[in-house]
Amino acid sequence: MIEKTVAELAKALRAREISSVELTQAFLDRISRYKALNAFITVDANRSLAQARAADARLAKGEAGPLTGVPIAQKDIFCADGWRTTCGSKILSNFIAPYDATTIEKFNAAGAVVLGKTNMDEFAMGSSNETSFYGPVQNPWDVESVPGGSSGGSAAAVAARLAPAATGTDTGGSIRQPAALTNLTGLKPSYGRVSRYGMIAFASSLDQGGPMTRTAEDAALLLNVMAGFDPRDSTSLERPVPDYAATLDADIRGLRVGLPREYFGEGLNAEVARAIEAAIGEYKKLGAQVVEVELPNSKLAVPCYYVLAPAEASSNLSRFDGVRYGYRAPEYDDLIDMYSKTRAEGFGAEVKRRIMIGTYALSAGYYDAYYLKAQKLRRLIADDFTRAFEKCDVILGPTSPTTAFKRGAKTDDPVAMYLSDIYTISVNLAGLPGMSIPAGFDIKGLPIGLQLIGKYFDEARLLNVAHRYQQVTDWHDRVPPGFD
Amino acid sequence: MSLDTTQVRKIAHLARLRISAEEAQAYADSLSRILGLIEQMNAVDTSGVEPMAHPSESALRLRPDEVTEPNQREKFQAIAPAVEAGLYLVPKVIE
Amino acid sequence: MEWESVIGLEVHTQLLTKSKAFSGASTKYGAAPNTQACAVDIALPGVLPVFNKEAARMAVKFGLAIGAAINRRSVFARKNYFYPDLPKGYQISQYELPIVAKGRVTIDIDGQEKVVGITRAHLEEDAGKSLHEDFHGMSGIDLNRAGTPLLEIVSEPDLRSAKEAVAYLKKLHQLVVYLGICDGNMQEGSFRCDANVSVRRKGETKFGTRAEIKNVNSFRFVEKAIEYEIERQVELLEAGGKVVQETRLYDSDKNETRSMRGKEEAMDYRYFPDPDLPPLVIDEAFVRDVEKTMPELPDAKRARFIKDYGLSPYDASVLTASREMAQYYEETATASGQPKLAANWIASELSGYLNRENKDITQSPVTARMMTGLLKRIADNTISGKIAKDVLDAMWSGEGDADTVIAKQGLRQITDTGAIEKVVDEVIAKNPKQLEQYRAGKEALFGYFVGQVMKATGGKANPAQVNELLKKKLAG
Repeated sequence: MIEKTVAELAKALRAREISSVELTQAFLDRISRYKALNAFITVDANRSLAQARAADARLAKGEAGPLTGVPIAQKDIFCADGWRTTCGSKILSNFIAPYDATTIEKFNAAGAVVLGKTNMDEFAMGSSNETSFYGPVQNPWDVESVPGGSSGGSAAAVAARLAPAATGTDTGGSIRQPAALTNLTGLKPSYGRVSRYGMIAFASSLDQGGPMTRTAEDAALLLNVMAGFDPRDSTSLERPVPDYAATLDADIRGLRVGLPREYFGEGLNAEVARAIEAAIGEYKKLGAQVVEVELPNSKLAVPCYYVLAPAEASSNLSRFDGVRYGYRAPEYDDLIDMYSKTRAEGFGAEVKRRIMIGTYALSAGYYDAYYLKAQKLRRLIADDFTRAFEKCDVILGPTSPTTAFKRGAKTDDPVAMYLSDIYTISVNLAGLPGMSIPAGFDIKGLPIGLQLIGKYFDEARLLNVAHRYQQVTDWHDRVPPGFD
Repeated sequence: MSLDTTQVRKIAHLARLRISAEEAQAYADSLSRILGLIEQMNAVDTSGVEPMAHPSESALRLRPDEVTEPNQREKFQAIAPAVEAGLYLVPKVIE
Repeated sequence: MEWESVIGLEVHTQLLTKSKAFSGASTKYGAAPNTQACAVDIALPGVLPVFNKEAARMAVKFGLAIGAAINRRSVFARKNYFYPDLPKGYQISQYELPIVAKGRVTIDIDGQEKVVGITRAHLEEDAGKSLHEDFHGMSGIDLNRAGTPLLEIVSEPDLRSAKEAVAYLKKLHQLVVYLGICDGNMQEGSFRCDANVSVRRKGETKFGTRAEIKNVNSFRFVEKAIEYEIERQVELLEAGGKVVQETRLYDSDKNETRSMRGKEEAMDYRYFPDPDLPPLVIDEAFVRDVEKTMPELPDAKRARFIKDYGLSPYDASVLTASREMAQYYEETATASGQPKLAANWIASELSGYLNRENKDITQSPVTARMMTGLLKRIADNTISGKIAKDVLDAMWSGEGDADTVIAKQGLRQITDTGAIEKVVDEVIAKNPKQLEQYRAGKEALFGYFVGQVMKATGGKANPAQVNELLKKKLAG
């Protein structure tokens, strides 16, 4: 049962071969059995099982929606009414969300069961899941290595079969990089495709929620639920949502695959490079045509991002002040002291670093040199993609320069950590859809991710291109040893 | 550009983050390193480039002027650190 | 040494929308604390702002009224600072690109027109309120007001005295209330003003250092606060001191301004475009649509009243002070067919009653229809102007319309020549001595006879007829 994909489970549930309660219980059992992975921050079996029972009742009446009865792990960044929602932070350690995020609402409407809230880097700031207040997450492929971040809990949970699928959010690579490091399929949709309402903001102009699944087909099923216009999000776009599952099998002969020269240079691990080369070979066999493209400003994506994202974050995180919800320092002298202690005690080191960088970048006298400069670079980076897509239909490259690294390897060097996202960040800056799919393993048996980048709102094509690859490869079917 | 502890303390105060003397030094070091990364931006001439604030070039959507939100004070204040008589309590605000 | 003061005002007007600027919570005043503070207003994690179309319409309406260009693209920014009445830790406000660009209004200073420039008007959200009653040494925060839409109207430093500042403020007040975009209630904080005041020596072209006075919530206090501040700065400079650029608070009890030391700490608001809100785009169609809803503005109405009804500039000003007053007047003037008479009676008599009881025209117990009835009876000689005052008084006291009062109190004017003649004859007969003196040339006694006749008829005799008959009879 735990080996089935979301597509298979939904079918089995509709055929009443299994019940949602059985299924949910089975995954809950695995969650507690593999507690050491620390993939979840909050599990609430009663709540999940109540939802499962309701799903079974709907199934019995033949009122099933596309995901009725399927348990989905939710990243702890999505507010879910009645669920503790921490965003990986101490400052929200006592925060019971009083409302549902649009994404949660949509999953509920589709009949899915909330299986629990997954661990993550604090406020999604991190690439290794080591900044979580609730402890690091283990990578099921090597429990001493990181699962990537910030959606590391979701990645570990799906990779270890603690959940059939999960949600993630991606501001600079937080879906794609952990997907790559744990052998999953992860999709960051175009900016404006998935509502951000109820998704705790890190960097508002970059954040997007998306699915983390085992297959492209499952990703399509989840995106069918998540995508769509939301009147509560001013950055959500009023565009029709296609059936992403309908075009998965489309022929990709003649597809123009762009290879950005800049993604295959210095800094790319040789084993990762070889795996990507092999994947390019598969695509050629499928009839795709390979073209070289240029993204000349991509080397500036990381510096640009580390101005814009912290700047927005410094402002987004000001609401955590100990006044209306969340943690408040137990002792203080006056108002400013209450604020300063609450925030100093409530936030971890990396979050504080980013708040300070962002505060500095926006402060009087520095705004033009940092913030405005970064916004201009963002335009140049986005323009690079526009030009590249004149020559190709999708862009292909590595997701991460390396496979999973050991816990603690980069915690003392924020800059080294930031460079983990060197290939993913520019996609967020440009607002484009990006995907990571399994493309092999290194000599240590650690997964390698292949990144596909699409044109604006061209998720259907990305899923199609990913799915065709998964039909001729079996990397995505591999289960981490000890978790089968 | 590197930051010294005085600047760090000023920034921390603006951001309402209490930091100790040792922390100030540690932050000065790590923030300076991050600024070193950020300053790679200066390698590119951006004169004449229009800043990009949003990934999509869409215009603001406007909401009809309707009252849609009911009173949920009890629910919202159930998770508040300190309330009395329907008010959120904070250390005395001095004008 | 002669000094000149330079004043600019920043006026915050709460826009009269039903719901908040960025959420669907009600903006109604006076609700129990935090019952109108929804998830967005209390800044729960994850919530997002969606802008109210009506607030944009109102801002455009104001822009059109002051002859300003409407920026086709304006941008919401975040103004970052920590304060308990500011739940997000930032205020959403337009900074570099406001919706309304440069405009102007004309004020009247002792019969002289003066044009005051308006630099800009921008949209922003209001903050909540801190209540300083003692809750065990804590303050209480009410976020009902948080997120109410504001239009901040910034004037050029064109004002040269407290009097001009107040005239400008009153003009703006009249305008926003006319436009229906603000209720103008200063006590409830719907219309608030900060004043930037500096002084310089006459003839100097550079501005002096300014102080910003906050928290002035009535026309009278604005005048007093500015006067005080001008005096303070002049005294300071004459004593060889320097004005410090700072925020000062006006204390109406002591009639002084004092420095707000707490806010002096260098503020660095770290403005940047709000990534949650794409640019506000106002296209031609939007502006056209708003144009269609524009009412006749006070200045135009005043000019029309002078031209069409032959009113004096003073009466025209009084009668166009508010849209309701103007409507009352026009209704009365048209229905009675007596525009000048209507102007006199409304601008002086009725206004007197209203002022005495501190009522506005909408609260007048004498409706436009009742006023019309009164004017008709004056015009058709049923009552004299003098009696009409008594009738108005009775109407004000709720004794019914003019005809009812006239009938009930028997106030109908006597116009029967025979009846008046009879009284005239009686009066002459009773006053032989005066008659003799009159006929001997003491013509001033004519008034005495008129008085006696009016007295005998209870003031009801038609004065013109009385005059005519008396003249004839006294001549012998």
